[in-house]
Amino acid sequence: MSAREGGPVNAPLLEVRDLHKHYPVRGGVFSRTLGIVRAVAGVSLSVHAGQTLGLVGESGCGKSTLGRTLMRLEEPTSGQVLFDGQDLAHAGGAALFKLRREVQMVFQDPYSSLNPRLTVGEIVREPLLVHRMGSKAEQVARVRDLLAIVGLGPDTLQRYPSEFSGGQRQRIGVARALSLNPRLVVADEPVSALDVSVQSQVLNLMVQLQRDLGLAYVFISHDLSVVEHVSDVVAIMYLGRIVEIGPVREIFDRPAHPYTRALMQAIPTSDPRRRRATVPLSGEAPSPMAVLPGCAFASRCAYAVDACRQAPPALDPVVTATAGIQPHMAACIRRDEIATLAVAAG
Amino acid sequence: MSAHGRSEALIPSAQREASPVSATPLLAIDRLQVGFDGEAGRVRAVDGVSFSIDAGQTVGLVGESGCGKSVTAASILRLVPSPPGVMLGGEIRFDGRDILAMKREELAALRGREIAMVFQDPMTSLNPVFTVERQMGEVLALRFGLGRAAAAERSIAMLRTVGMPDPEARLAVYPHELSGGMKQRVMIAMALLCEPRLLIADEPTTALDVTVQAQILHLMRELQRKTGAALLFITHDMGVIAEMCDAVVVMYAGRVVERRPVVDLFERPRHPYTRGLLGSMPRRGTAHKALLPTIEGTVPSLLKPPAGCRFAARCNHRLSLPAEPRRRCDEIDPALAGDGDGWVACHFPQGGERP
Repeated sequence: MSAREGGPVNAPLLEVRDLHKHYPVRGGVFSRTLGIVRAVAGVSLSVHAGQTLGLVGESGCGKSTLGRTLMRLEEPTSGQVLFDGQDLAHAGGAALFKLRREVQMVFQDPYSSLNPRLTVGEIVREPLLVHRMGSKAEQVARVRDLLAIVGLGPDTLQRYPSEFSGGQRQRIGVARALSLNPRLVVADEPVSALDVSVQSQVLNLMVQLQRDLGLAYVFISHDLSVVEHVSDVVAIMYLGRIVEIGPVREIFDRPAHPYTRALMQAIPTSDPRRRRATVPLSGEAPSPMAVLPGCAFASRCAYAVDACRQAPPALDPVVTATAGIQPHMAACIRRDEIATLAVAAG
Repeated sequence: MSAHGRSEALIPSAQREASPVSATPLLAIDRLQVGFDGEAGRVRAVDGVSFSIDAGQTVGLVGESGCGKSVTAASILRLVPSPPGVMLGGEIRFDGRDILAMKREELAALRGREIAMVFQDPMTSLNPVFTVERQMGEVLALRFGLGRAAAAERSIAMLRTVGMPDPEARLAVYPHELSGGMKQRVMIAMALLCEPRLLIADEPTTALDVTVQAQILHLMRELQRKTGAALLFITHDMGVIAEMCDAVVVMYAGRVVERRPVVDLFERPRHPYTRGLLGSMPRRGTAHKALLPTIEGTVPSLLKPPAGCRFAARCNHRLSLPAEPRRRCDEIDPALAGDGDGWVACHFPQGGERP
């Protein structure tokens, strides 16, 4: 308890410094390296205890690779992942094993992320067995508690995942992630595969758990409305980089990157009287293998000027940014001007 | 030349102009019932669904997984596999003709020609081993008897219409060489080649990114405006409904629970399920991290549906009622009844504004 609440307020629970994850693309008869995909290309961010970082972007932007690299499910090419000051990216053996308890993951697909041959009780208990936490009786009691926490009765213990709906399976996935008492949960599109009414049930559960247990989340999603609802800080990714990051209200009220604006304009309206008249963004993202001299977004950007194609823009503070844990920053040379433009109502 | 081909493809056909603007809808589904036979018995996936679509109208069919919306759509083209599917009753009339009574040849003439369909997964309609040119050309050869050169020209024009960059070069590629958004564009182009009078789109943008989804929705709206085709849009996304449709049909557990023009549905939803769906969407103005309204519980089994209202077990509104009217919800199946601007299947429809 004290460890969770103690410590200086401004020391982040998770700090990512200049993280890279590159994949070689091989082909041809001798499997030559044809190019390199920079799935994560120099990402820095931090997550504070009890807070949610929303990570937004479209397919191929590297958000899932970033999530998996934080978990060390992928080996980083370079950079640091500091959890509570310890480097997860380079930890090995016992240290890594111990750190893994602290960071857990919830996956998108509740159908493929649960072993169909294990009962729900066995699935939720497995991490406790692997990490040798408690006696058998203690483990069984813990599993019951966990299922109760996520809103499932003890009658679910002996049943198999196939007997449950998508929303219930996602609850089982959350119970498993919580079994080791983690401080950080990386949730990769946890509600995308669910129906709307069930989506809100799982979102409510996650918000409630954060309040009760002081959990921090990295919440990866392509759905801006969901991200706005659950996040304290929002980071927008495009082609392996963070193009904008800041407190949730700053991002939604004063988006400073043209890509963020386009994403917001692309959300379907919730009011049939206010339909979108234009297409917010044409074309598709360039290949992640392409090496572009300037801003990666310039080719699709309505605000691009010649200077944008010369050198990649740095992630710099927006002039209106207020002091706080996470300053509002954008990787755009016209960020200050763009942040003052009106935001269309959703 | 290609510009000519394009405009020609978009001009409403003579037949379309001749069709009367009478009270007869283009498509009328009346008390449709479709079952699936399994080991445990017969599941009534669609159980008495009625709605209609006028020429040029966009109707949204919305509901959660398993509500029967895709089975309803597949029934229109008689694409429900049998067995296990069984047509149990009802009628589907297209331009006055009974689709369920059609012979094989009539059906073949209807499919693709007058009614075309676009699916969520483009690979259900694109053949992975043929080039785009060959697949589009086949459609044109069958429908219009076009030769290779003419078909290629028409295909290029149609690909340009659907916003495909560099359409000449795309003819020679195989589907796997295209991105998800591009495949969706090819599929829409193929569906439009025959100038259908009704296009059925089953979750056509669900697998796409938001910016690409916005492009495809915009494209479909533009094309519909130009061709005058009617559109049946199947989705679980209320935002897509708000963006696209003139009228909405809400389905729950094999039934239509509410039907209404789109603005009325969003501003004055009357069925508690519709209200729940609209309320559970997080949207601008929802308090940060506040608990969202939910619809607790799960959909009833359609093997043995409840005797009363199928939504009763999950209905918050029912809980607010005294015991006597509550019994009515539990025991009597509410019929879909007109209420002025729409239709609702509820004993105690709610009034007022959007939740």
